[in-house]
Amino acid sequence: MNKIWLVIQREYLTRVRNKTFLLSTFLFPIIIIAFIVGSTFLAINTRNKVKIAVVNDPGFLQKNLESDSSSVIFEFPKDVNSSNYVAKGFAGILKVNPDTAANKYVIESKKSLSMETMNYVEGQMKKAIEYNILQQKSIERNLLDSISNVSKERAKVTNELATGKEANNKLPYIIGFGCGIIIYITMFIFGGMVMRGVMEEKTSRIAEVIVSSVKPFQLMMGKIIGIAAVGLTQLLLWIIFIAILVNILPLFISADTLHQFQQAQQAQQGLPGGSNNSAALQMLQATDTFKTEVNWSLIIPCFLFYFLGGYLFYAALFASVGSVINEDPQEAQSLMLPIMMPIVFGFIILSTSIENPDSPAAFWGSIIPFTSPIVMMGRIAKGVPEVVPWWQLFLSMGMLILGFIFTTWAAGKIYRTGILLYGKKGTWKEMIKWIRRS
Amino acid sequence: MSLLEVQNLKKYFATQKAVDDISFSVNKGSIFGLLGPNGAGKTTLIRMITGIFYPDEGQILFDGKKFDPINDVVHIGYMPEERGLYKKMKIGEQAVYLAQLKGLKKNEAMTKIKEWFVKFEMQSWWAKKVEDLSKGMSQKLQFVTTVLHEPKLIILDEPFSGLDPVNSNLIKDEIYNLAQRGSTIIFSTHRMEQVEEICDHIILVNKGQKILDGTVKGVKHQFKEDLFSIGFEEIPAGLNGNPPFEMVGTKDHQYVVKIKEGFKPADVLNYFLQQGAKIISFNEMLPSLSDIFIKLVEGTPLTRQFQAITA
Repeated sequence: MNKIWLVIQREYLTRVRNKTFLLSTFLFPIIIIAFIVGSTFLAINTRNKVKIAVVNDPGFLQKNLESDSSSVIFEFPKDVNSSNYVAKGFAGILKVNPDTAANKYVIESKKSLSMETMNYVEGQMKKAIEYNILQQKSIERNLLDSISNVSKERAKVTNELATGKEANNKLPYIIGFGCGIIIYITMFIFGGMVMRGVMEEKTSRIAEVIVSSVKPFQLMMGKIIGIAAVGLTQLLLWIIFIAILVNILPLFISADTLHQFQQAQQAQQGLPGGSNNSAALQMLQATDTFKTEVNWSLIIPCFLFYFLGGYLFYAALFASVGSVINEDPQEAQSLMLPIMMPIVFGFIILSTSIENPDSPAAFWGSIIPFTSPIVMMGRIAKGVPEVVPWWQLFLSMGMLILGFIFTTWAAGKIYRTGILLYGKKGTWKEMIKWIRRS
Repeated sequence: MSLLEVQNLKKYFATQKAVDDISFSVNKGSIFGLLGPNGAGKTTLIRMITGIFYPDEGQILFDGKKFDPINDVVHIGYMPEERGLYKKMKIGEQAVYLAQLKGLKKNEAMTKIKEWFVKFEMQSWWAKKVEDLSKGMSQKLQFVTTVLHEPKLIILDEPFSGLDPVNSNLIKDEIYNLAQRGSTIIFSTHRMEQVEEICDHIILVNKGQKILDGTVKGVKHQFKEDLFSIGFEEIPAGLNGNPPFEMVGTKDHQYVVKIKEGFKPADVLNYFLQQGAKIISFNEMLPSLSDIFIKLVEGTPLTRQFQAITA
């Protein structure tokens, strides 16, 4: 026991004191935050204001076209035509196409206008024409607007659950997907770390020196637990770091900017091409709801459990792969494939089960330990016990515990033989033989 | 009194009888040579003695009791042929870590490492990384980490490979010192001149079996071919009559002769004295271990063939 502790200490300390650990720990959240802030900033500042001159107004355009102060401005000058609109500071000139008899419209411009601008113009034109037609049928515009407002208000549907809570459909989606992705990525990062650690011991030929004082199984478990501790440390630092940044961030982004952005977003609604950058803002806005509306007391323990469980399940397998590889890292590829496939598969199931948490794929994916750490997190966020009954959660957890006991046992056998085997690459067939023997 | 006793040890792998019924014993405080060609089963044998492998059959007695890998490994120091250190780890920390794995307390380990580092003039290495060391330097470090915990049994597999003569001698002296202070040393190598120089007792293993066991002196006598070299002031003109030997060769002022069966060395001397030859030296030529090794191993295939084992 004492020896495992020594191994754990070494694995933990050498990694945590490494510069790359510090770098990745502090850079990762900064990059994420920078990405969010950056895209928000871009979304606000890169929207070009476009001035468009409307000529040959058939009579109803001036009354009905609405300018948007931040993107498209319609003007109705008298003395502008195709030859001088650029000089007068217009990006384009909108007119009835003289070549066609039917009322078709065309925008002449020197540079092609952005999709967003065209969408806006088309939307406004559609509205203007509709109003014009309605007017001809003697329906007042105000009346129509009030009708549409009333119907919009009354048509709001909320999804109320059996428990009486109102379902929040967006947030669980983000949290479930986020947790799933974090587990997915960390399984690769830390699983790979275990594998490289084992390979290092093998290629540097220290394995036999160590194994003459420590049992191979102790060495493997020490490494797995030590790296798990590194992973948890990193995760904890990330959570603290992000929590601090999330609380500080609103101080840097002025209320004015946020307001401006909200306006911009509202203006985009109803426009097909207008939702580009809204995800960034949603995340900013979501920080408040994050704190209050999610059942963190369930999600955090579950996340830690599946994070650790999933890691332990795969770490031993990665260790056994590392133990049979010789100097050539390319050998790792073919041996790693069978391990990586289920992880990737789990990710695919996650993305479907997040829409459809009751589907058979989601159910089995969250019970079978090969995929459960990733898939179950996506489902849990949707609500326990509303979506995932308690028995499913416990079954899944139980299976995962049994699963990692089994993989650790089997991997220990492969590791014991593999780590002292030089000059020969192990195959899966041979490894199965090693498990069966003794 | 033997520190280690190996009795009828067997270890079969899927395609080879790696160790096939080997027994021997190693006396306390002796330097024991474990010889054998590549692939003879030496490493497998050593791995069983160090508790890395379990024997299929047979048993090992360590210090008079049945060998218990979990508790006894702290009394063993093993420097394998395939050896290495953590490249990215600082040398001092690494030595402390390896000593702790052998059951030493941290401060205890520190003091001992510092003593050894002074002895080997390695004080300035403490904060360096292993990757900064040359092969010879890391070899010295490896030796220190092997013997640091003052094990009862030290197993060294090719300890001098990659060392220059100066450092070889340094290590050799330490091996003698350790033996004098009561450690028992098993020394595995192909380099016969070192074995002759260092070892008290040897065994030779080939194809998983022990084919020779004895003291260095005893083995040499066992394989002597009754060859003598005789040095003359002046080479005799010719051999008259019926000499009690056969000529094997001449070199400068020396004859190398093989005594015929039934005769003794004194008969040879008598013969030359009667001839009036002026003898200045008369030596028995014992075979070198290297010759014996080659003689015994020769004829067996250079590398062991794989075979199906049904056992």
